[in-house]
Amino acid sequence: MNAPVIHNRRDILRYAAAGGALVIAAPIASRVRAQRDGSPFPTPWFEGPVGGFVAINPDETVTIAFPNPEMGQGVDTSLPMLLAEELEVDFDRVSTVQMPLEIMRGEDGEMTWKYAPQGSGGSYSIPGHYEGLRQAGALARTLLISAAAAQFGVPASELVAARGVVRHEASGKKASYGELAAAAASIEPPAEAPALKPQSEFRLIGTPQKMKNARAIVTGEATFGIDAEKPGMLYAVMSRCPYFDGTAKSVDDSAARKVSGVVDIVKIEGPGPTGPYDVQAEGYAVVATSLWAAMKGRRALQIEWNTGPYAEESSGSFKRQCAELLEGTGQIVRDDGDFDAAFANAAETYEATYWQPYVSHAPLEPQNCLADVTEDGVEIIAPTQMPSGASRIVAAALGVDREKIKILPTRLGGGFGRRLSNDYVAEAALISKAVKAPVKLIWTRDDDLQHDFYRPSGMHQLKAGFDADGNLVAWTHRLASASKYYRRPNLPESDYWQAELYPDDFPSQFVNNVRLEYFSARSGAPRGSWRAPAHTANAFVVQSFLDEIAEGRGEDPLALRLRLLGEARELPYEQHGGPVFNPGRLAECLRVAAEKGGYGEKMPAGRGRGIAGHFTFGGYCAQVVDVETDDQGGLRVTKVVAAVDIGTVINPNGVAAQLESGVNDGLSTALRLAINIDGGRVTNANFDTYQLMKIADAPPVVETHIIDNGETPSGMGEMGLPPLAPALANAIFEATGKRIRSLPIADQLNS
Amino acid sequence: MPKLTINGQTVDYSGDPGMPLLWYLRDEQGLKGAKFGCGAGLCGACTVHVNGEARRSCVTPMAALEGASVTTIEGLSDGETLHPVQEAWLAEDVAQCGYCQTGQIMAVAALLETNANPSDGDIDESLTNICRCGTYYRLRKAVHRAAELKSGRAS
Ligand code: FES
Ligand code: FES
Repeated sequence: MNAPVIHNRRDILRYAAAGGALVIAAPIASRVRAQRDGSPFPTPWFEGPVGGFVAINPDETVTIAFPNPEMGQGVDTSLPMLLAEELEVDFDRVSTVQMPLEIMRGEDGEMTWKYAPQGSGGSYSIPGHYEGLRQAGALARTLLISAAAAQFGVPASELVAARGVVRHEASGKKASYGELAAAAASIEPPAEAPALKPQSEFRLIGTPQKMKNARAIVTGEATFGIDAEKPGMLYAVMSRCPYFDGTAKSVDDSAARKVSGVVDIVKIEGPGPTGPYDVQAEGYAVVATSLWAAMKGRRALQIEWNTGPYAEESSGSFKRQCAELLEGTGQIVRDDGDFDAAFANAAETYEATYWQPYVSHAPLEPQNCLADVTEDGVEIIAPTQMPSGASRIVAAALGVDREKIKILPTRLGGGFGRRLSNDYVAEAALISKAVKAPVKLIWTRDDDLQHDFYRPSGMHQLKAGFDADGNLVAWTHRLASASKYYRRPNLPESDYWQAELYPDDFPSQFVNNVRLEYFSARSGAPRGSWRAPAHTANAFVVQSFLDEIAEGRGEDPLALRLRLLGEARELPYEQHGGPVFNPGRLAECLRVAAEKGGYGEKMPAGRGRGIAGHFTFGGYCAQVVDVETDDQGGLRVTKVVAAVDIGTVINPNGVAAQLESGVNDGLSTALRLAINIDGGRVTNANFDTYQLMKIADAPPVVETHIIDNGETPSGMGEMGLPPLAPALANAIFEATGKRIRSLPIADQLNS
Repeated sequence: MPKLTINGQTVDYSGDPGMPLLWYLRDEQGLKGAKFGCGAGLCGACTVHVNGEARRSCVTPMAALEGASVTTIEGLSDGETLHPVQEAWLAEDVAQCGYCQTGQIMAVAALLETNANPSDGDIDESLTNICRCGTYYRLRKAVHRAAELKSGRAS
C-alpha cells in the first residue's frame, strides 16, 4: 500500500485513503494474555496490539486481509469472518488475501506488530484474533456510518448499517459502502473502540462457509511458495550433511561446476553443536539457471562427511537408552500426596509401558524459499507459519536491520508445525547474498524427511492403583524422551520436561497421589513441534491405559472415564490452552460421541469400537472409532464419530474440515509412520519408506458433532488429532484381543 | 527433438531429453498447477494427462513425449466453465492447504473417463495420490458427485 498513513492522536489506529478506497488498518489496544511455559511459542509472541485491515472498493467489493498464514486450517475464511461480522457486509462479496508481515520498530526500539500478531500455530489463530478483528470491523463500520451522517445531515445514532449499505430509516436516505468509502477515509476515528455486538446478534459467525480461495486451488491458480518467481531468479538445491551434527570432511565440486547451467556452489556453515538452529545442517548449495540443472549439479557433487557425535545412534539404541533410563530415578515434576505408599497399599494395581517413534511433518509442499538480498534490503517469499521468525532469522544470518527485511508469506502446502522453523529461509538468504541474485531454494523430499524437526520419540511407563472401593488412588506417568526443548538459549535441561509432560492434564488433578517423572534422553535427531505436540503421545498412553484398566477391572471403559472426570467444574490449567480445564466439557464430548457412535453396542467378530477423549489447547474432543480386521493382519477404520467442544464456533464447516484432517492425520501416523535412525542419520528418504496414508485406508465416514455452548472460542487445528490413536487402539483390542502399546501399528496384527 | 502439444498448443522441445515433464511445465512453460511433492512417482501431486491418461510428470522424461498430447490442470476447464471434477471439488469444499488437489483432480478426471461411476472399492484401488492434510472423506464424496455431474452433463 502506497497510500499516506495518517496517525491519529492516540496512535492506536492508522488508516489511509487510497484511490477512493477506504483502507482500514486498525490496531486495537487490546492485549491478549501472555503464553505460559508449555506453549509452542516464545512468551512475547502473542502480546501486543491486535488488529487487522479491510479495503472497501468503490465497486462495492470488499477485500479483507488475514494476518496469519493459511496452511490448510482455513484462516483465509474464518479470520475474515470475524471482521465481516462487525463490518456488516455480505460475505459473498468479500475476497480475502494474505497480509504480508507487518512489523515496525516500537518506542523501546524493539520490533513489534504493526497491526496484529501474524503466526499460525498452537491452534491460536481464532482465540488470538477473536476480539481484535471484530473490533477492526466495528471501527470500519463506525467510520462509514459517520460519513453517511455527515452526508445525510442526520445524527449517526439514527443510522443503521447492514449488508454494505447505511440507511436512515426516517428519511429513507441510503448510501452504499462503496459510495461512502472515500469520505469515510478522511474522518477522524473515535477515541474509544466501538462496542461489539453480543453473540446473540451474530449473523455470519457460526454459519458454515466454504473456503474462500477454493476456486484458485481447483484451477491451479493458487500460488504457493514453490510457485514464486522473480526476474533474474536463480535456482538452488542443497546437499546437506545427513549425520546429526556432522560436518563436511572434503568436497570436490569440479564435476558439479561443469554441469551446464550451474552458476556457483555455495557453502552453508552448520549450526554448531549446542546452540539454537539457524540452519539445520552444514552443506553446499548448487546454484543454477534452472532447477533441473541445479539437481543435476547436486548429483555431481562429491562430498565426504564426518559422521559427527551421534554416529552410534540408531532407533534401537535410542529405545534401549529410554528403557534403561526408566530403570532409574528421574526428575519429579509433579508429586502430590504419596504415590509410593498409595500404590503399595492399593487393592488393585495396573502397569503398562508404551512407545512412540520419531515422526516427520512431511508437508506435501517441500520446504522452499525465494530470497532476494540486495544492498538496499532483503525480500523473502516463503511458505512459513512464522513470518516474524523468518524476519529474525534473516536479520541474524545476514546482519541486516529487520526494518529492511520484507517477508511475504505465501499460502503453505501444509505446515503441521514444520514451518514454525525458518531454517530454509536462512539458507536461501545466505545463498542469495553469496551469488548476488534472487535465489529460489527448493528442498527435495529426501531433504525434507532427513532434515526435519521431528516429533519427539519416547517411552512411557504408567502405573495406577485402586482401593477396594474402586477409587483411583495412585497414578504415575514416567516418560523418557528426547525433548523438543533443547538447544534453546537460556533453557536449562531441568526445564526440558515442560514440552513433553503437561502436569495439569487428565488425570493428574483427579488423583490424590500422583507423580510425574521425566527422564531426559540424549539424541542427535533435531526435534520440534508437530501438530498437537506432546498431546499426541500423552493422549495415546493415558487413554490406552485407561482402557487396559477398565478391562482389568471388568468396568465399562466409558463409565470409568466419566466417573474419573466427574462433574463440570473449573480446574486450573497452567499450560497452553489454559487457564481453565473443565472436565465436564470433556465428559460431555465423550457422552455425545458415545451416543452418536453407538459405543457399547455388541460388535460382530473381527470388529471393534473404541473410544477416547482429550483436552488439547483449549478444545475438547472425543472420538469413537470403528475398526474391521481380517485374519491376514489387515485393518480398516470404517467410521469415526467425533464430538468437539471448542466454545463459540466461527465456521462450522471449517471445524468439520479440521476434525476430518485430525482424524486422518492421527490415523496415518498410527498406521505406518516412523522415522528410522541408523548410524546417526535418518534413513527414510521418500514416501516409499515414509508411507503417508492414501484414500484406501481413510475412513469412508467421519461424523463431526459440534457442541457449541457459547464459551470463549478455541481454535480447531489440533484437537481433532490426539483422540484418534488411542480410540483406534482400543477398538483393535475389542476386535482382536491385542493391545497396541507401540506405534506405529504397522504389521503388529500379523504376528 | 520431441514435438508435443500442451493444452492444445504445439511446442518444440530441444533441451535435455532426460528432464522430467514436471520441470518443463513449471519452469519453462509457467504452468505451475502441477506440483512437486516427491519427485519419484509416489505422491501424485504432479499428475497431468498424457494422451488422456493420468501420468506422474515428475517421472516422465521429456524424451518419452514425442507426439504426445499433454493436458495440465490449466487446460482442464473449458474457459470459465469448470470441469465437473472441479465443480464437485468446490461443492464438497474438499481443499485444505490445496497443494495436492490439482493432482487429485487430474487423477479423478482421468479415472472418470474409463470408469464413469466408480464404487468406493474402485476409488480405493485406483486413487493413490497422497493428501497430507487428510481431505479423503470429502474427496471421496466429491468423486461420487463428479461422476453424477459428469453423467448428468453428458446426457
Ligand atoms: S511429485 Fe510426482 S508423484 Fe510425487
Ligand atoms: S489439501 Fe493439503 S495435501 Fe491435500
